[in-house]
Amino acid sequence: MKKLLGLAAVFTLASSLSAFAFEPNNTECIAPANPGGGWDFTCRQVGKTLQDLKLVPGTMQVSNVAGGGGGVAFAEVVGKRNAENNLIVAASSATATRLAQGAFPGNTMDQVRWVGSVGADYGVIAVAKDSPINTLPELMDKIKADPSAVSVAGGSAVGGWDHLKVLIAASKAGIEDVRQVKYVAFDGGGEAVTQLLAGSVQAFTGDASEAKGFVDSGDIKVIAVLAPERLEGDFASFPTAKEQGIDVIGANWRGFYAPGDMSDDAYAYWVDAVSKVYASDEWKEVMAQNGLAPLNLQGEEFQAFVKESIASITDLSKQIGIVK
Amino acid sequence: MDTLASLADGFAVALTWQNLFLALIGCFLGTIIGALPGLGPSNGVAILIPLAFTLGLPATPALILLTSVYYGAMYGGRISSILLNIPGDEPALMTTLDGHPMAKAGKAGEALAISGLASFVGAFFATWGLVFLAPQLVKVALLFGPAEYFALFVLAFATLGGIASRNQAKAALAAVLGLGIATIGVDGQTGVPRFSFGEVHLYDGIDFLVAIVGLFALSEVFIFLEHRAGSGAGDKAVKVGRIVPPWKMVRETIPAMGRSTIFGFIAGVLPGAGASLGSFISYTFEKRISDRNGTFGKGDPRGVAAPEAGNNSAAGGALVPMLALGVPGSGTTAVLLAMLLALNITPGPLLFQQNPDVVWGLIAALFIGNIMLLAMNLPLVSLFVRVLLIPTRYLMPAVAMISFVGIYGISGSTFDLVVMVIFGVMGWVLRKLDVPLVPIILGVLLGDQMEKNLRRAMTIHDGDWTMLFNSWLAIGLWTFAIVGFVLPLIVGRYFRPKIADEPIAEGADPD
Repeated sequence: MKKLLGLAAVFTLASSLSAFAFEPNNTECIAPANPGGGWDFTCRQVGKTLQDLKLVPGTMQVSNVAGGGGGVAFAEVVGKRNAENNLIVAASSATATRLAQGAFPGNTMDQVRWVGSVGADYGVIAVAKDSPINTLPELMDKIKADPSAVSVAGGSAVGGWDHLKVLIAASKAGIEDVRQVKYVAFDGGGEAVTQLLAGSVQAFTGDASEAKGFVDSGDIKVIAVLAPERLEGDFASFPTAKEQGIDVIGANWRGFYAPGDMSDDAYAYWVDAVSKVYASDEWKEVMAQNGLAPLNLQGEEFQAFVKESIASITDLSKQIGIVK
Repeated sequence: MDTLASLADGFAVALTWQNLFLALIGCFLGTIIGALPGLGPSNGVAILIPLAFTLGLPATPALILLTSVYYGAMYGGRISSILLNIPGDEPALMTTLDGHPMAKAGKAGEALAISGLASFVGAFFATWGLVFLAPQLVKVALLFGPAEYFALFVLAFATLGGIASRNQAKAALAAVLGLGIATIGVDGQTGVPRFSFGEVHLYDGIDFLVAIVGLFALSEVFIFLEHRAGSGAGDKAVKVGRIVPPWKMVRETIPAMGRSTIFGFIAGVLPGAGASLGSFISYTFEKRISDRNGTFGKGDPRGVAAPEAGNNSAAGGALVPMLALGVPGSGTTAVLLAMLLALNITPGPLLFQQNPDVVWGLIAALFIGNIMLLAMNLPLVSLFVRVLLIPTRYLMPAVAMISFVGIYGISGSTFDLVVMVIFGVMGWVLRKLDVPLVPIILGVLLGDQMEKNLRRAMTIHDGDWTMLFNSWLAIGLWTFAIVGFVLPLIVGRYFRPKIADEPIAEGADPD
């Protein structure tokens, strides 16, 4: 791994593209969902930055291969485009979650090469501004006392990342049967927050970026940020779950994978390109605008990170009965 | 007034030559995108996002371009609905019911002109609604919890009888078929895939557009293939007719436009409802209110004006939750929202205060775009109707080609093409059996949301069914639903016995 990082450092020094044994040409980024979502955003923003930094020749084409929560794109890359060198695919915690739960039939994480992350959107748990609940332990105590009294809304389906974050917190808070936690699935974080404001549900689980607009306006109260340390900027005043004695970190990371039979040269090129994007000032600005927190993992480090998170999600999913 | 002053500032932002030019391009492209089957407003906007990025447009001009495409597509959807009986996008579905019969009766020009005018009225007043009522209307959206949404969709289904012109049982069968199709895919409340047979492509369910293009466009192609032996026999009857509708016809449709604008706008404002529900409710209510002689479904101009005013007004209404809450009320506003994020604008309750230039510039652009669209669409009617003069043997291959390219363009997957062909065959068989196709799509579109909201309500209240009637709003909606379902059964028996059993020639089915 160190060797690879050293290699990347050498590449960083080399300013021209020709320093690589691999010449990118007609580069493509697959967003495994319809335009408008997080994966589409990842492809388009990174593609634009790659272009601005002149790391790719011309423009990077973004194709939307929607379906199956990313499974269609995964199957297509593994099945039909396994040896392409000019292709990367946007991925996130949702990809890892579905891989862990076997929701991409017949596919595993080892069939592709994991390139790197470009940031993370940390989870938040929030309540309405006039809610009597002020801290995460208070919310958990309330669930412990009467699980049917608290509905938690989130933007992902049952078993999805928004749901799992709350369950991890619940299990760390000493709730033995996490299946008691009532989770209501909505179509996206925006709808879930709206239902929190409408008073249909008592709590919200989602990403910091989804909650930002409502935090600024003071309509919701963030009771815990699921990050290792307090976030910067507008979220700095909100305590982490860890500070409140519930040690849980929920990062919705954003990153890329590449076809499994991509050549080592091409893989090295992409790892380097993504880390250059990550290190650039342009990307720092994009991260600040979109509430992305740092998560700097590339190449083998990222591969190990994905593997680890898939293992822990598999455990949790078995515990709640989603995976048998 | 502050609001008017802000709006004037907005016009100052929007009225530059560059912005006007972008609005013109957007309106033109949007109309074309809307008219092509398979490409709807959300794809249209998504396709043009890279263009906005490549041109390096700042926030306001980029939004002006994209919202012009959005409004343009809402206008354009009606064109293929009326001329070809193929809805250009899902909100234009209801326009086929009366629009195509009008075209067959040689009134295509009038239908296009009336619907263009209705689109203008709907969009114009909805934009005023956006100007004055956005902050207040957000409170309406917050009254709707899962139980209320469920009641709203029940209300929509209770009026379903309104769209079947002849055989209620077949319409009900078609709706049930649609409801069944809606259950395909991963169930959000349990995470379990249903009817997907381990096929990952089916995990997200069936895309409405794939179903629409298959059922309407491809089945049309199949019917053409079937009749090709006697080619041309049916086509010559189509006349273009006059282009300008008589004033009497316009006057008759004004009340329909007014009512539908209000219904559509309310449906648009609710994040869980959207433009399709807007045009659907507008049409069925209009039929309930004014169909005295059983002319709806056979080419009544009011049946064209109502859904068009409704869906354009819903398009304006959908911008209310997007701008005021940062919550998309439709697929297209979801794409616009992503665009805002990419332009460093945080959507949410503070958008009006933090980025007034963007918001008011956008609203001013909507007014400008809307007037441009009217000015562009009315003279072009004479051009559009010429599509009818194209012999079917050239037109149908083009329809088939556009369908395939359009659907492949959305998902980039050949699986959807196969699904589309299956829907095409299904549509062909159902037409032979005289089963209307519109209720199938409504079943898919509304059934999915109806189920989700019922399940949410049940989860929140631990399976207590009485909670579905827990608020005055829910009770009101239920009352309307029951009245809307029962009243026509009683009243219809006394007032409209003569239209029940009219003989219909095969292939003449307007649905």
